[in-house]
This record gives sequence, structure tokens and C-alpha cells, in this order.
Amino acid sequence: MKSSIAFWNILLKDMKNYYLKPPNISWGIIFPFAWMLMLFIKSKSTFSITEVFPGIVAISVLFGTTSLLSVTITFERRSRSFERLLLAPFKTELLVLAKITGAILFGIFNSIVPVLLSVLYFKSVVINWPILVSGVFLLSVISTLLGLFISVSAKEVFEAQTYSNFFRFPMIFLCGLFIPVTALPLIIQPLSYILPVTYGVDILHYAISGNNFLPVAIDLIVLVAFCFILFYFSIYNIRRKWIV
Amino acid sequence: MIIIEVRGLKKSYNDFVAVNRISFDVYRAEIFGLLGPNGAGKTTTINMLIGLAKITEGKIIYKGKDLTHNIKKAQEIIGVVPDESNLYNELTGYENLCFCGAIYGLPKKDRGKKAHELLELFDLGEAANKKFMAYSKGMKRKLTIAAALIHEPEILFLDEPTTGIDVASVRQIRNLIKELNKNGTTIFLTTHYIEEAERLCNRVAFIDKGEIIRIDGVEQLINSSRKTNIIEIHFESLTYDKTCLLGKLNKRFHGIECILKNDTTIKIDSINIIDIVPVMNFLSEEGLFIYEARMIKPSLEDAFVKATGIEIDLMKKEKEKK
Repeated sequence: MKSSIAFWNILLKDMKNYYLKPPNISWGIIFPFAWMLMLFIKSKSTFSITEVFPGIVAISVLFGTTSLLSVTITFERRSRSFERLLLAPFKTELLVLAKITGAILFGIFNSIVPVLLSVLYFKSVVINWPILVSGVFLLSVISTLLGLFISVSAKEVFEAQTYSNFFRFPMIFLCGLFIPVTALPLIIQPLSYILPVTYGVDILHYAISGNNFLPVAIDLIVLVAFCFILFYFSIYNIRRKWIV
Repeated sequence: MIIIEVRGLKKSYNDFVAVNRISFDVYRAEIFGLLGPNGAGKTTTINMLIGLAKITEGKIIYKGKDLTHNIKKAQEIIGVVPDESNLYNELTGYENLCFCGAIYGLPKKDRGKKAHELLELFDLGEAANKKFMAYSKGMKRKLTIAAALIHEPEILFLDEPTTGIDVASVRQIRNLIKELNKNGTTIFLTTHYIEEAERLCNRVAFIDKGEIIRIDGVEQLINSSRKTNIIEIHFESLTYDKTCLLGKLNKRFHGIECILKNDTTIKIDSINIIDIVPVMNFLSEEGLFIYEARMIKPSLEDAFVKATGIEIDLMKKEKEKK
């Protein structure tokens, strides 16, 4: 009971303090909209919504979650308010879960605009809605955990931003967002397989067009495994680095 | 009754030993002070006790239970006020207190009620709906202490609670600490203001270079530094022969040592109790106009200097620089 009160209030505080701030909400709307518009203008004649739909969803979720979580945690750590949470009598696992839940929800919110635009305006077909929802959720979880991994490694907000970009931009090209993994040079492909976002994007491809390159079950298993690994590795890092 | 037992506590960072096998007890409902210069190991000790630093060696026992490797279990009964206010700038005073109550699992109704009580107690009622970032330094400090009390902890850790705030807030905070202690809260305090420790603490440990030099009751520490009786006599600055006056004094009164502290003050030092009247009569006869004579009582500062060899002014300057 006490833990659930703590969890709920950390989540509410984060939502109010960070995620529901007007600049973040508008960013969550404008960012995917701008990407869609750019692709639409760039390739008017060859624009295929089913090809770019998964990529836009993935990029919106990836940028939304990693940006906010890595910055907020680094910021709280810098102002020492994170210490207050470390001193509260509940497990570090619960604290991390409470901190990432806000970012996961924000990631899901970020996917709404591209999904609505694709489906309602561009009349894209989604062949498996439950898998799309699961894919968005898992992608949001894994992106958030990547953000957490970055924020635990960074000391300053600007460091967190730099590290985030170091991970995110290569992922746009390596994880099958806009260029299929199978179309990448063979020498680069192993890199794609060690990046968890690849599996999330593959699930989206499956749900939207059926154009996936790995069995969905494999994608799901690998993603869940990555989630556990990143979650516990981040907790290990928090205990190792922040309780010195 | 002992509430915290610390045995052979050590903290090292690679080759550097920050705290070196210290042992002490903190009794229930006392105010225990940890005094020492910058880098003495005060904050590291507190951090180990509250679970923000790993323990290299030693034991921490809370209420008879060895929680060395599970300080989380003690966190329910402790409240922590760090040396810098670390509440949330974006939240109001009231919201900050409610949030702090929530992370200790207090139900909504209870934390709201308690938050209002604390805001009134700390004279922050009018600022309850102001954002924390708009608070003055003194108000921030008071709210940080209030936040540490929302779950009614048995032990309150205060790391330099009055550093850098206005005199009125310092007074208020000191009175509140006394009040809390009267109500049974055990206080663990670190400060570089020795007079603060002298005023507030029941027992004090002097710490330097990671080691506890002395630990005792404030009275005992002060008395141990008392070797001689000292009286200072202040007089109007008149023209007189300093050397001649001191020579006459020392010749006339055996067993006392007279020193001219400055042009208007004579310091008299004696192992025995000083009979002041003949001395004052003598000085009057010599033509000095005496307006004050007072006994100089030894202080905790004397005891600290004697035990550690560290000059207080130097310690204060170091802290101010920091």
C-alpha cells in the first residue's frame, strides 16, 4: 500500500512537472507532424504511407522518451532532489519503475499523432491493431530504458543530450525505421541486431504492412529480454554510481 | 537507551580513507553533534548512516538491529535534512510537503493535514501556495526541515542546518530543533558553528581527518578544557606605564599571572580562585578607571581547539569559501 502511494505520487509529480508541460505536449504533436510533412513534400510522387508509417511512429517514440527521461533524471540528480527519492523507504526497483512510467506514457502519447495522421488522413491500413498497440508500448518501454541507461551514465544535462544523440541518430538508419535492415550492407547488419529498437520497429512493420523480416514472436521475446536487461542494468548502475 | 550504534565504521575511496574506523553511540531523544572542519568526514559519516554511501567496513546498528547491509529498513524511521535544500522548485511549499509525505506512504488525508500543521509550525503558512523557487534561503531551509519531518521520524539527521541563512531564521530553526527534541525526536547534527553545538547538543564528537578525536557530553568537554581561572578587567585607556603596572601587579599578588591583552584590558590567570576585590582596589589606586571585570568561562570552542589543534576562525573561513 505504502509503495503504491509512493509510486503513484512520483508518477503524478513527473507528469505534472515535466510531461504535461505545454512545450512538451506541443513537441509531441509537432515533431511527428513535421517528419510526416517532410517525407510527404520530399517524395510526393513516391510517397508510400505504409513504408514510412512505422518509421515515423518509432522516431516519435524514440525521441520523445529518450529526450525527456534522460534530461529529467539528470536534472533531478543535479539539483539533488533525486537523493530524496533514494532516501525514501522503498526499493530502487519501484523508484525506477515510477520514474520510467511517465516517460513510457509520454512515448505512447507521441505515437498517437502519426498513427492518427496515417490512418485518418493518408488512409493507411493497419492489419493487426493489437500487435501495433503492443509494438508501440514495447518500443516506448525500450526507448525509455535507453533514456534511463543514458541518464545514469551522464552527470550533466548537456551530457545526457549528447549521449542521447550519439545513440538516436545512428538508430534512425540502423534499426529499419526508413531503410529496411535487409537493405543495409551486410557488414553493418550485425549492428542492427544488437540494437533493441530494430525489433520494435519490426513489430510495427508487421502490424501495419506485414512487411517484417523476423518472426513477431522472436521480436517480442528479444524486446522483453532487452527490457529486463536494461532495467536491471540501470538499477545496478544507480546503486553503483549514485550510492558511492 | 541507544538508538544508533556505530562500530568501526570505515569509508575509503580507492586509497583515500574518508572515515577511519569510527565508533560511537547515539542515545534516544538526545541531540548528538558531529563537529569538524571541512573534509573531516562528517557528511560521509551521515551518508553512510542514511544509505547514500556504501560502507567499506564496520557496523551500523539501528534500535538493536544490524542494518549495515540494509539501511533501507532504517529509512522509515529517519528524516534527512541535507546541507543544501533539495526540494522541487516547480512545486509549491504545500505540494512539496505532500509529495514528501507520499513517498513515505502517507495517505492523502494525513499528508495534507500534516503539511498544513508543519507549514504553520515553521511560520510558512502564508507561503504555502508559493513555488519553492520563490522562497528565500531561510524559508527554503525551513521547508526542507519540515519535509524531513512529515513522516514523523524518530531520528532526524541535520547536515549544517543553519549555514548561509539570516539570523532570524537561524534563531527560529534552533528553537524548532530544541522543540522537536523535547518531543522525543533524536537529533543527529553536524555543524561548523561551535556555539550552535554548544547551545543545542547534549553530546558532541570531534572529528578530524576521518577519525573521532573526542566524544563526550558538552559540559564534560568544556570542563575538561578548564585548567585555570581567567578574569578580564577592562578599563579606560589612560596614560600609564604598561611594564611598570604589570610588574607591580605580579609582585603584589602571588600565584596569579597578569597579561596586558590590549591597551584597555588586563587578563589575569590563576590556578586558584581569584579574589578580585584587592586587585581592583590596587588598579584603582594606580589611577585606572575600571568599568568591567568578568570571569571568562571556557567554551566548547576551547575544548575543540584543545582536542584538535584546529583554529575555529580558519575552519569558518574554509566553510565560507566553500
